[in-house]
Amino acid sequence: MSKSSATAGKDKTMNVVVVLKQVPDTESAIRIAGDGKSIATEGIKWIVNPYDEFAVEAALRLKAKHGGKVTILSYGPQRVVESIRTALAMGADDAVLIGEDDIESSGRLQLAKAMAAAIRSLNPDLVIMGFRAVDNDMAQRGPMIAEYLGWPHLAFAVSIESDGNQVTIKRPIEGGSVTLESTLPALVTLGGSHAVWNPRFASLPGIMKAKKKPLAVKKLSDFGLDPAQFAPGAGKTRVISLEMPQERQPGRIVDGGLDTEGKARELTRLLHEEAKAI
Amino acid sequence: MGKSVCVIAEFRGGDLRRVSYEVASEGKRIADALGSDLCAVALGSGIAEKAAELGRYGVKKVYIVDDPALENYLAESYVPIIADIIRQCDPAAVLLSASVDGKDLAARLSARLDVGLVQDCTEILVEDGKIRVKKPIFAGKCFAWNEWIEGAMPLISCRPNVMQCLTLSEDQRAEVERVDIPVPETRSRFKSMDLDTSGRVGLSGAEIIVSGGRGMKEAQNFAMLEDLAKLLGAAVGASRAAVDAGWRPHADQVGQTGKVVNPNVYIAVGISGAIQHLAGMGTSKYIVAINKDPDAPIFSKADYGITEDLFKFVPAFTEEVRKLKSTCS
Repeated sequence: MSKSSATAGKDKTMNVVVVLKQVPDTESAIRIAGDGKSIATEGIKWIVNPYDEFAVEAALRLKAKHGGKVTILSYGPQRVVESIRTALAMGADDAVLIGEDDIESSGRLQLAKAMAAAIRSLNPDLVIMGFRAVDNDMAQRGPMIAEYLGWPHLAFAVSIESDGNQVTIKRPIEGGSVTLESTLPALVTLGGSHAVWNPRFASLPGIMKAKKKPLAVKKLSDFGLDPAQFAPGAGKTRVISLEMPQERQPGRIVDGGLDTEGKARELTRLLHEEAKAI
Repeated sequence: MGKSVCVIAEFRGGDLRRVSYEVASEGKRIADALGSDLCAVALGSGIAEKAAELGRYGVKKVYIVDDPALENYLAESYVPIIADIIRQCDPAAVLLSASVDGKDLAARLSARLDVGLVQDCTEILVEDGKIRVKKPIFAGKCFAWNEWIEGAMPLISCRPNVMQCLTLSEDQRAEVERVDIPVPETRSRFKSMDLDTSGRVGLSGAEIIVSGGRGMKEAQNFAMLEDLAKLLGAAVGASRAAVDAGWRPHADQVGQTGKVVNPNVYIAVGISGAIQHLAGMGTSKYIVAINKDPDAPIFSKADYGITEDLFKFVPAFTEEVRKLKSTCS
């Protein structure tokens, strides 16, 4: 085999950026803060948004296959460093934190612009992130960032493959799935679940190593952005109030001393006559 | 009359999707409240005849781009075209479905048009000429009311199966205007579509869901739930524990990291009710819990609770439903 065909068959190494958001633990009970417009954060445990954790896993698998580098990009206050270290402990190489405390309150479009500027400075082949965050559940940051980068994006992937030149994903749609591909650079958002991605845990040596991995804290001005345009309230929408879901009426235990068949009959009757649902 | 309200319709396989009727109906309600007309945008291949059917829901005019290259949704080709049409008609508000493709389209469109988006809304109000929307956050553990700053155009995606479909007139046709915008060259490509033809009821949109959890013990025991679901015309769901154990495909997972569902009846079998699961199904109209542990948190959410061994109860319940169905038909 000639040298040229050997290199042609070899995958390119890849520079992958994973965009990571820190969110309240999904175990958290949610309470409304005193202002009526935000969530009370006292006592909240913060975690890596699960879908972004899938993205870290997917990026590490691509790196294992192709070589290259995985960089974590996140934003927000100092507490976010802990989530970034989690991703570094899983095996990511380095990280950038846009260390602006209030950047989320500058609105979603502004935040996506800032992320796009940071990504440009990192010059990756591929950006991977969750298709939604489990807090505000807007499912929009990925496509917005891709638009500002002028890149294609493939959303809601449950599988991702790449040869370093292009990326192929599978994406569930209502009643089936589709397969999409794109040349690089591109942005991919991940759907799926823990069972699909099975993200690795950080090992103890991984945690030790993570402490020494490079983590650059940057300001908006480092990306040539004007901080004045990222002030709180620069968004086009605003939350006017939060409300808790209606409390459900206390349920009824179907018992009344009935045996199994009796309870089955009674449940069927209730669903048929009372709920009129079957 | 003020600027029109605009809805973006969704086609698949040459047919309008039901979610588009919901969005058109909601759009009509908002247009009426604002004292304006309703128009629509639709992209696809061979869609002109079908697009006119939006007239049933009060759409006066549909702008279509009809091209074989638009047969399947691809963000990179759809977004520039739809953005162009929206710029030209300068609407008072734009609505679309928070379907898989709709949410993706809305997000990118928002950045392209520099307009504010609220995704997955479950309620839209018009008060003093201002639009306000409600959306679930934290998978329904809480709800947020949003509004737009002065002068900003609302872009709203509506959660499927929540907004009511209201047919104004079966034979009312919308005027169809073909818009001449070339399909852009793209770096991304649509490769293939694989539709599930098994006839199983999908989770999203199911009227009844029978869901199994850790208490099911192993994959083959879900056959019991499949039988019950078939009788009820229901979809089969699963808790994260059941999916993580490999008993069910990930697409069946209900919860904060799975699907959020709101069927008429949710039957939770062998599910203890972790907070993430409760978030994903808490808006179901009726909740039935079948669990042998009387202290399981699921009972605090259930309208009807059965404290029984599921392996005894589910067959008995299935038998009763079978009897009921045979007497009803």
